[in-house]
Amino acid sequence: MSGLLPLLQSGIVQTVALGAAILGVVGGVLGVFAVLRRQSLMGDALSHAALPGVCLGFLVAGARDLGAILTGAFLSGALAALTVMLIVRRTRLKTDAALGIVLSVYFAVGVVLLTHAQATGGAAQAGLATFLFGQAAAILRGDLWIMGGVTALALTLVVGLWKEFKLVAFDPDFARALGLPVLALEAALTVMVAMAIVVGLQMVGVVLMVAMLIAPAAAARQWTRSLGGMVVLSAVFGAGAGVTGALISATGRGLPTGPVVVLVASAVVAVSLALAPGRGAVWQAVAARTQRRTLAARRVMMTIHDLGAAHGDPAYPAEGGMLDAFHGTATRPALRRLEARGLVRPVTHPPEDSPHWALTERGQAAARAVRDDAGAP
Amino acid sequence: MIAAVFDSIPAMIVLTGVLVGLSGALLGSFLVLRGSAMLTDAISHSIVLGIILVWLATSQLSGPVQVVGAGLAGLATVILSEVLGRSRLVRMDAAIGLVFPAMFALGVLLISLYARDVHIDVETVLLGEIGFVWLHTVPLWGAEVPVTVLTLSAMLAINLAFVLALWKELKLSIFDPGLAAALGLAPVAVGYGLLALTSATAVAAFDAVGAVLFIAFVIVPPATAFLLTRRLAVMVVLAAAVAVVSVLSGYQLARLWDVSIAGMMATMTGVFFAAALVAAPADGLLAQALRRRTQRLDADCAALVAHLATHAGTPAMAEESTMRALVDHLRWPDARARAVVLRGLDRGLIRRDGSGLVLSPKGDAMARALLAG
Repeated sequence: MSGLLPLLQSGIVQTVALGAAILGVVGGVLGVFAVLRRQSLMGDALSHAALPGVCLGFLVAGARDLGAILTGAFLSGALAALTVMLIVRRTRLKTDAALGIVLSVYFAVGVVLLTHAQATGGAAQAGLATFLFGQAAAILRGDLWIMGGVTALALTLVVGLWKEFKLVAFDPDFARALGLPVLALEAALTVMVAMAIVVGLQMVGVVLMVAMLIAPAAAARQWTRSLGGMVVLSAVFGAGAGVTGALISATGRGLPTGPVVVLVASAVVAVSLALAPGRGAVWQAVAARTQRRTLAARRVMMTIHDLGAAHGDPAYPAEGGMLDAFHGTATRPALRRLEARGLVRPVTHPPEDSPHWALTERGQAAARAVRDDAGAP
Repeated sequence: MIAAVFDSIPAMIVLTGVLVGLSGALLGSFLVLRGSAMLTDAISHSIVLGIILVWLATSQLSGPVQVVGAGLAGLATVILSEVLGRSRLVRMDAAIGLVFPAMFALGVLLISLYARDVHIDVETVLLGEIGFVWLHTVPLWGAEVPVTVLTLSAMLAINLAFVLALWKELKLSIFDPGLAAALGLAPVAVGYGLLALTSATAVAAFDAVGAVLFIAFVIVPPATAFLLTRRLAVMVVLAAAVAVVSVLSGYQLARLWDVSIAGMMATMTGVFFAAALVAAPADGLLAQALRRRTQRLDADCAALVAHLATHAGTPAMAEESTMRALVDHLRWPDARARAVVLRGLDRGLIRRDGSGLVLSPKGDAMARALLAG
């Protein structure tokens, strides 16, 4: 802990943490719409496709001018989105093939431009390669204004067009029937993903940016059923993962920021998938177990009831071993639970000394209710 | 002779590229048709984790142990994504996008922590070093053969054997999985076999082209071939041809401009895809535009024929059969009216009669069919 306080007071670390928070918020908010619209992998394609823009921005500006680099990244991301749309709408190729083509070819062009820039423009010194995996330490205080400005623009659009985006995310056909410009709204959401990618370039780089879109949104989805709640929670998760990851990366030597941030975000997802109330894997397992036990107990109860009906004695004492044999499994745990609920009681049936079980008054009523239910048309 | 080939560095680089391209085309044709193209993306990213784990365990960077070990990591990603997608907690596309970035991030982190001094640095992971494949060789038949070439050749042989032996199974499991299952052709097992081989090939190609450019070799040439043909066998052969031509031209251009060789080869696959997208004989954008234009002209011709037939023999005939009437009454712009009249003349539907147009017997028959319907 003693190492943390000076760390937080350092200007660089403050800048990095703030940048990570901004990225987390914008990625989290826009990721929600991408995930809900089943466009998760579009984020992957667009972030890889930002690389040629980064290099072109550098080559045009002739220096590591963040404005030019981010403009280039945004433009090539938007162009990539258009290319995906063109391939999907005008050929028989499936969406995933279109995404794969755009992702790999744009990235390849980026690699070519990167090696060209490194050979001719002194890009090695400018640290152009850090845009591959991100290097938070390279973020300057002035860069935060650009990142913050893009984020503010994206958030304003989301708030201003909230109702429209919501409808497009959940029921695009209905939106079209209402006369909304669905194609334009979908294009806007896709272009905004490209904006989020631009914000994340320095922090996590082009290769892993997709995780900052999907992971917070997928985690938030586990905890809430409302879009508003999901957006807020996703932003919180994104910012939390961003800041935590950036701080961890700043403490260790040579820990690339992107992978650390992504791993923290992935951990948030794992915890959410496991623990989210009513939905998480642990809850589902508990619910399934409870259901299995309830069903087993009910089957034992009905067996005793049917035996009683066959013998003309509603309180017929059924022998424990016989119940085990009939059900092919140990019935004692089920009987104990039925006893705890006051549906059966242990009885003795002399001269035999083995345990016997009979339905109580309540048990008989419950069993009759089940039979009536099942017998009803 | 053999030694001369293996001594020539350019020949080695091109041979490596060709081997990657051929394997990619073979497997990719089926992956693209199955709709699993983005699983290639997931696989080729996550083998990075496999490679570093196997390296930490065995200190081997290439060879059969790596291919199998790291290949399993790729397959694990696919299975994990499918388990997550089937749990219905997240959708399939998000499941893929959650699993592989986490595995890739862990791989990159482990490389930065433990493998700084080895030749797998973080940039090589993405881009490969096809220019350096000749550095690491083993003696074979009196020649120094690069290990990467050897591994890739073995993978190509396995891929080829797999595709040829299971051609029928692959074909049916892509186009009619239900029938394939009913016939006992195990489409699920065939699919996993395909993905396992993709994984292993990605590991074998990793040295040369890295994690991301491999995707281009798998997806883009088959997608290009897909635009050019509708026959599976032709598609596979065309994909292989596109891959080889991309490798050859990419190498030349990379030498010319002094840029990344693997990057330029992958870029060339994109150039050929773009060419096919624009100019494919049946499905290209140009062919589509031409077809639309022809269809519109034919529709306009039918309108012209109907127009002339409606007014034939009426007092307005003289006025309605002029070019002017087409512009004024049918509201066609001049150029469109002229194009329609020319098309009608070409097809022998109408002929000129003084300043007006009259229906030919053929046009008359067409009009009767149109108006009767």
